[in-house]
Amino acid sequence: MSILTYIFGWPLLAALVLVLVPRNYRVIIRAVALLATFVPMVLAIKMFCQFVPNMIGYQFEQQIPWVESLGISYHVGVDGLNVGLILMGAIVAFAAACCAWEIKEREKEFYILLLVMSGGILGAFASLDLFFFYFLHELALVPTFIMIGVWGRGERKNYATFQITLYLSIGALIALIGLIALYVQSGANTFDIPKLTEYVQAHPLAAHSQNFIFPLLLFGFGILVSLWPFHTWAPLGYGSAPSPTAMLHAGVLKKFGLYGLIRIALPLMPQAAQHWMQILAWLCLGNILYVGWVAMRQRNLNRLIGNSSVAHMGFVFLGIASLNLIGVTGAVVIMIAHGFLASLTFGLSGYIYRQTGTLEMGELGGLARKLPFIGTALLMAALAGCGLPGFANFVGEVTVFFGAWKAFPLVTGLALWGALMIGALYMLRAMRNVLHGPMPEKWSGIPDAAHVWRKLPYALLLASLLIFGCFPRLLTEKIMPDAEKIVNLAAPTKAAYKMVVQVDFSEIRNPKSEIRN
Amino acid sequence: MNASLISLEIGVVGLGLVLLLADFWMPAERRRFLAYGAIAALGVLLVTNLGDCATGTAFNGMFVEDGLAIFFKRFFLVAAILVLFMSAEFSDPGCAGGFAEAGRIASGISEYYSLIVFALSGMLFAASANNFAMLFVSIELITVTFYVLTSFQRGRLVSLEAGVKYLILGALSSAFMVYGIALVWGTTGKLNFNELASVAGQFTGNKIFLLGVVLVLVGLGFKIAAFPFQIWAPDVYQGAPTPTTAFLAVGSKAAGFVLLLRVLFTAIPGVTAHWANPLIIISGITILYGNLCAVPQQNLKRLLGYSSIAHAGYLLLGVAALSASGQAAILYYLSGYLFTVLGAFTVICLVLRHLDREDISALAGLNQRSPLLATTMTLAMVSLAGIPPMAGFFGKFLLLKAVLEQGATNPGYYCLAFTALAGVVISLYYYFGVIRSIYWSKDAPADLSPILLSGPAKVTIAICIAGMFWIGLFPNPMLSLATTAVKALAR
Repeated sequence: MSILTYIFGWPLLAALVLVLVPRNYRVIIRAVALLATFVPMVLAIKMFCQFVPNMIGYQFEQQIPWVESLGISYHVGVDGLNVGLILMGAIVAFAAACCAWEIKEREKEFYILLLVMSGGILGAFASLDLFFFYFLHELALVPTFIMIGVWGRGERKNYATFQITLYLSIGALIALIGLIALYVQSGANTFDIPKLTEYVQAHPLAAHSQNFIFPLLLFGFGILVSLWPFHTWAPLGYGSAPSPTAMLHAGVLKKFGLYGLIRIALPLMPQAAQHWMQILAWLCLGNILYVGWVAMRQRNLNRLIGNSSVAHMGFVFLGIASLNLIGVTGAVVIMIAHGFLASLTFGLSGYIYRQTGTLEMGELGGLARKLPFIGTALLMAALAGCGLPGFANFVGEVTVFFGAWKAFPLVTGLALWGALMIGALYMLRAMRNVLHGPMPEKWSGIPDAAHVWRKLPYALLLASLLIFGCFPRLLTEKIMPDAEKIVNLAAPTKAAYKMVVQVDFSEIRNPKSEIRN
Repeated sequence: MNASLISLEIGVVGLGLVLLLADFWMPAERRRFLAYGAIAALGVLLVTNLGDCATGTAFNGMFVEDGLAIFFKRFFLVAAILVLFMSAEFSDPGCAGGFAEAGRIASGISEYYSLIVFALSGMLFAASANNFAMLFVSIELITVTFYVLTSFQRGRLVSLEAGVKYLILGALSSAFMVYGIALVWGTTGKLNFNELASVAGQFTGNKIFLLGVVLVLVGLGFKIAAFPFQIWAPDVYQGAPTPTTAFLAVGSKAAGFVLLLRVLFTAIPGVTAHWANPLIIISGITILYGNLCAVPQQNLKRLLGYSSIAHAGYLLLGVAALSASGQAAILYYLSGYLFTVLGAFTVICLVLRHLDREDISALAGLNQRSPLLATTMTLAMVSLAGIPPMAGFFGKFLLLKAVLEQGATNPGYYCLAFTALAGVVISLYYYFGVIRSIYWSKDAPADLSPILLSGPAKVTIAICIAGMFWIGLFPNPMLSLATTAVKALAR
């Protein structure tokens, strides 16, 4: 058994166990959920440390045939692209389970759904089979809708549930049609991603099939990632979601679409990718500038965080669109960094909501005095969101901009403006409104995160942001060799860019790839 | 002639007669045990039928026992066994709490059982029909039995209304069908499917022949409730006693599909090859009609009636694909559908049997009254909506794959795939509505008394849940069965 099977198998197994636990055993239910996310986290850290960068092929692989006649097999494995994502997903899943103490009613169902969601998405990232890749994501997606519908907050909860269900189901099903069409048109008769990639390399897809399938995947996955103009579900959905759900969805689940684009769409359909990336580059400006602008106008903290998380997706899209090694590496780094950041901010805003019952920034103020720990963590998260050096987001964003500069100078210039100015503006303004200034009398009695257990999830996420921010090489040395493979498949001509940039940016310099060049 | 091939059918008909006769000496309060006797007998027939079966033809090729027939015979036997379990519960006055609804069935219950068994024998013959005369006879055996089964609750107006509607529309479609068969025979002189296939090539331009084929398909479209012959389905589903509705949704629909497959792909493959576009259009409209009409429904059985129209549309995806993988996908989807729908109807039967209304709101608080039933209903809805890891997901996946495989030949297939996608998204709304009313109903449930389940009811539910998971999680055995079964079509 591969360690990966345990990582995503534990939460799913625990969900089954919880079905059998009577609902009034609340402590046991919570303990099972915490344990079933803690163990995968430890395993994921272990796997991350054992991972050997720059190996040929996949590591921790396991393959069991499932439906031979269709070429579907249970196949898990990691390379540089998903090893960090799985680590991030496992940490966020544990943090989300910790934050679920705020759920006070129907706890049993909530924890079951949370565990299904965690297990499903970790499995989707670990999967090297197109069918299971989709299957496990869908398994994780459906609980999101139920959790928002039942445990959600705010007056527009029902509308938000309806909207997010509609958007994400359509996105997922469009991607499904794209994936099946890819399987059928490639003629490889296998859903196995490595085999499919190999086969398509030898027998490229016809141009017209590429031009048909690529937009299906781009927009199907794009809707899942809240690509502008299909992003409107995100701010409202996250604003209405209970915080553990928002943490897992914004942090982990949303990265599925990006991962799918990098892992499947780019290497299998290079010609169409070249063409569509021009369009994607402009669309991502919509995320960065337009949604950033929208975020500036928000009065509700959760909506603001939701909008800012949509805006951050724009940087990832920009990195992918650049189609060169630096850009794609940066995109993966942002995916991981943003996973920590989004779950941290949603977790903290969830804490504030739990204590005050509101997230309207007009009603809050001066909370830093009463909530020293939470306030500091929120401020650090906001600084990370602005791209302050020392946090992992900075590494990713700056890498993306270096990569994208060559491909799209104009777009990058505009995006930089969005990243530096707009991002800083709305984040810092929100922090001033929430944490500083005069404190309304009614908040004088609210307690800070009292004991270690309450502080643990936030501390864990902050520590991850700082560790990867100070030692980005932990990530980049793993990502780069495999990002290079993807870029070589997707855009052979652009691979040459990397030399120049590597000299400029010594932090992520990789001696091995230099020798090869 | 090889009469041993029809030993299964003889056994089933004999069982039906025995059930009728048993009525004479069985005291009324023990009659529900007749159902268990019938279940045991069908179980024995199913087990003896499980091994390698003799294949061949009988009655001058009218009756064929091949892979497809064997697959569907097992399918019908399982369906009938589960439906008999359900009818035993439905009619049981001990659990019915005053049995206002089940009263009529309680008095004539052995006839009800034997009619189910006779309908089963019709389905078994339909699975083996290789001749238009045989097709008509088996269809009539099924349909006429269902007229009675539908209106079995004589005391309930809706049941009678459903029976009359089914009778009128059913008779109309039978008339069309027999007219169509006459035209086909008149032009070609053949009734046997294989003989027809060898000469049909000469008649592809013959308008009278084509009209005959179309009329036959009208009759089959009525059985499977495909657009534009779906009008009867919601009313009949709503009015019929719940076990009848369940058998109608599973058995009768599957019988329609096996005959449709035989006619389209064995009898007139040359003609069918040109009919991709009409099939695509019918499939697409059926999906949209069923799903859109299901959205505003309040009555649970009516909702499932519309959803069964939508599922007929999904199954027609496999027909429209005109390929072996499409046909295999139909068989696979039907087997998942069998457990899913029977699971849902068993829950409806157990929860609503003493209520006059069958509104979705009647499910409120079900998770407190009976967690097992609530779980079953939830799983069934999830499977119908096509969400992993249930059977419905892999079935829809296979159907979509079959359709997209043909995309290169006709862009209409891509449109069809997107239509199916739209249907799935719409269906999420009403399936989740059912789940929501079970767990999170707004209006407080009036009755929170626990629902006591008898042992056989638990067995039925366990079988349905196991079936849904087994077909969804381990698709390999069922898929290879389905793939081998459809090889019989391309003889």
